[in-house]
Amino acid sequence: MDKLLEAKGLRAFYGPVAVLHGIDLDVEQGEVCALLGANGAGKTTTLRALCRTKVRTEGSLSLAGEAIERRTTEQVARLGVGHVPDGRGTFLGLTVEENLRLGCYTRADRAGCASDLERMYGYFPRLKERRRQQAGTLSGGEQQMLAISRALMARPRLLLLDEPSFGLAPLIVREIFGILAKINREESVSILLVEQNARLALELAQRAYLLEGGRVVAHGSSEQMRQDDAVRRAYLGD
Amino acid sequence: MEAFLHQLAAGLAAGGVYASMALALVMIYQATHHINFAQGEMATFSAFIAWALLQAGVPYWLAFAATVLVSFSMGAAIQFAIVRPLEKAPELSVVVVFIGLLVIFHSMAGWLFGFDVKRFPSPFPVDAWFGSALLSVHQLGAMAVTLAMVAVLFAFLRLTPLGLAMRAAAENADSARLLGVPVSRMLMLGWGLAGAIGAVAGMMVAPTLFLDPHMMSGVLLYAFAGALLGGINNPVGAVVGGLVVGVAENLLGTYVIGTELKLPLALVLIVTVLVFRPAGLLGRVVVKRV
Amino acid sequence: MNAIPPALKALPTAKFAQADRVRSIPRLFVALVVLAVAVTFFAQGYQLFQATMIVSYAIALLGLNLLTGYNGQISLGHGAFYAVGAYVTAILMARYGVPYWVCLPISGGVALVVGYLFGRPALRLEGLYLALATFALGIAAPQLLKSRHFEPWTGGSSGIVLNKPEAPFGLPLDADQWFYLFSLVVGLLMLLVARNLVCGASGRAMRAMRDHPLAAEAIGVPGSHCKSVTFGISAGFTGVAGSLFAVAVQFVSPDTFAMFLSISLLVGIVVGGVGTLWGALYGAVFIMFVPDLAEKVSKAAPWAVYGVVLIVFVYLLPGGLARLARRRA
Repeated sequence: MDKLLEAKGLRAFYGPVAVLHGIDLDVEQGEVCALLGANGAGKTTTLRALCRTKVRTEGSLSLAGEAIERRTTEQVARLGVGHVPDGRGTFLGLTVEENLRLGCYTRADRAGCASDLERMYGYFPRLKERRRQQAGTLSGGEQQMLAISRALMARPRLLLLDEPSFGLAPLIVREIFGILAKINREESVSILLVEQNARLALELAQRAYLLEGGRVVAHGSSEQMRQDDAVRRAYLGD
Repeated sequence: MEAFLHQLAAGLAAGGVYASMALALVMIYQATHHINFAQGEMATFSAFIAWALLQAGVPYWLAFAATVLVSFSMGAAIQFAIVRPLEKAPELSVVVVFIGLLVIFHSMAGWLFGFDVKRFPSPFPVDAWFGSALLSVHQLGAMAVTLAMVAVLFAFLRLTPLGLAMRAAAENADSARLLGVPVSRMLMLGWGLAGAIGAVAGMMVAPTLFLDPHMMSGVLLYAFAGALLGGINNPVGAVVGGLVVGVAENLLGTYVIGTELKLPLALVLIVTVLVFRPAGLLGRVVVKRV
Repeated sequence: MNAIPPALKALPTAKFAQADRVRSIPRLFVALVVLAVAVTFFAQGYQLFQATMIVSYAIALLGLNLLTGYNGQISLGHGAFYAVGAYVTAILMARYGVPYWVCLPISGGVALVVGYLFGRPALRLEGLYLALATFALGIAAPQLLKSRHFEPWTGGSSGIVLNKPEAPFGLPLDADQWFYLFSLVVGLLMLLVARNLVCGASGRAMRAMRDHPLAAEAIGVPGSHCKSVTFGISAGFTGVAGSLFAVAVQFVSPDTFAMFLSISLLVGIVVGGVGTLWGALYGAVFIMFVPDLAEKVSKAAPWAVYGVVLIVFVYLLPGGLARLARRRA
């Protein structure tokens, strides 16, 4: 399979402080890849580095063969990378529908935007009910749905998700992960998923990386990772 | 009674100008959380540019349009060259730079155009059909222009994708970037619009207040009061606040405290709002459910 | 300015400052004082006036710096407190015959109270909103002074005329020389007060509030009180400076205290160096001479110079001249 995203020797710095110490990571076309690790391991920082936002990076980064390590955040977004950040990054003061329409900012086709809007409402009927409500009034789960939909409105090639299950009831998490699987299958959106809930992540993903202290300490197929001692001890509680 | 209505109407007319300046202030504040202390001087400078064009024989509405365009570019240029590098600077530095801009515009106006008071023509003919006993032709015309400008602005912000992108960039720059919105360019656009709004306000108020470098300092203070009263985060509030302040200033000035304490009145208003309700009357309390 | 140093850094600075107090006063400072006194005998009338004005501005800048540099609050309207000090002195001296050396502390005290009262509600405001409130104060001050309601005291637009006091005890000094010396002594006193404030416990509290208001409150620094007291003290300093101004110029009128003054004070601390004591002197010299020189070029020039200087200093010399001098030393 082709590599959609490839990172080699990726370092990331907040000011003078190095948080990632040389990561090699790739996401293949059409797959779901998981990024596991404890708090502080550098998972969020990795996603930020991939989007070129908020951190200073070194090392090489390429998207579908095109080098992006010098691009700005906006440019990376325009190249087809969607990022659902931790904390969701909802525009709280705007309505649900306005939030969604923003997802279309980089797209040229007006008609496509309108039909995609309906599609998102199809995935998440709750959003349709609340379309004219201020986004800040939505519950956590609804905001997560909103954030994911908004990212999808841009028709990204690669979707980066930062802890989509955080703070959500299990039922809602199941719902969301079900839709992620569907989107991956039907629309061939590749996904890089950061999750603390390793069990859940490994169910959805085909491959996974384990991050510790800013380095990759293990990687392989989900099956391999499930058997891996380090992963089991620390994250699967076996 | 007639006198009262007269004052009320005059208050609304003045309030219209305050409202538009307040709108410019809110636009910049919303996007950057900075208060543009130089807004008044920029507007005055724009009015001077218009005056110079008119002196050179340019027809009014052409001069008007040209001034608006130039002011838009000036605003955008200032954001790009002077404000943007300060993105990460401490608050004091930013305030100092804004005061520096205020001072520079003030002195440029004086240097290029002189400190003597000048007459500025009104585009509305004195004997036009819509004159009335309550409001002069110019006052009505100015209100109409202001209203039209505010309406166009609101339509732009609420109904167009670019306006939506601007609001998003103002609200949450990081998330906006992740969606491909060029936030820096949106800020330039915001400043440009603020400059244009100020230019319109300046040209509408100059016939009444007469044109000199000090023209807008009082207006700016009232615009601040109006913006704070309406809610510094809220464009609608800015307009409402401006109108309220205009009416209050006129009524209090005529009936209570006399006209020479107008600035202290603005001061009291500002401090009162800041102390008792800093979010303003219509300030948007953004609901956050955790 | 450079990024405000993190709260942790404030503590060691305070410790060093404490040690400084014990160590002997630097030689440069002594030399400067001697020079300043010598000026009394070498300078002529107008130059003495200028020297007195420098002292007055320096005191005002000390005050503003206490507020901005050490407590992190922004005031764009300190000209108003300068006016308070000047007018209190003028009214007491001209209308009630109170001797100038009594007027001085009273003026300072009144300005302190006014500043505290203004600061008390205003302190709930974030830095930016305080800047806005003081901006309004600075713009509104002349109108307040001109107002008919206060005219019996303030003399309205015509202002009040004062007489410069003669040297006491029959000292062989003329009025200008005497008043300059008097101002110098007042200036040194105020410097001592400022230094003690900055170096002592209150100084640490001030800086803690500047760098980390939440943490400061958590460890028991009473936030609102500390802030408004600092504002009051800062106003008090400026009021003392205004009092000296009134006597030196022998005249007060509302237009002297327009926005240009507040902006001058701001320029003074930016040029001199925010958060330094030496900066007050550099800034005072700057605002004493530069506008006058600029005015010779054109009427608009003083404002233009101020504007350019403000912006240039923020970008290129955020620590002001004081930081530059320290680097050389």
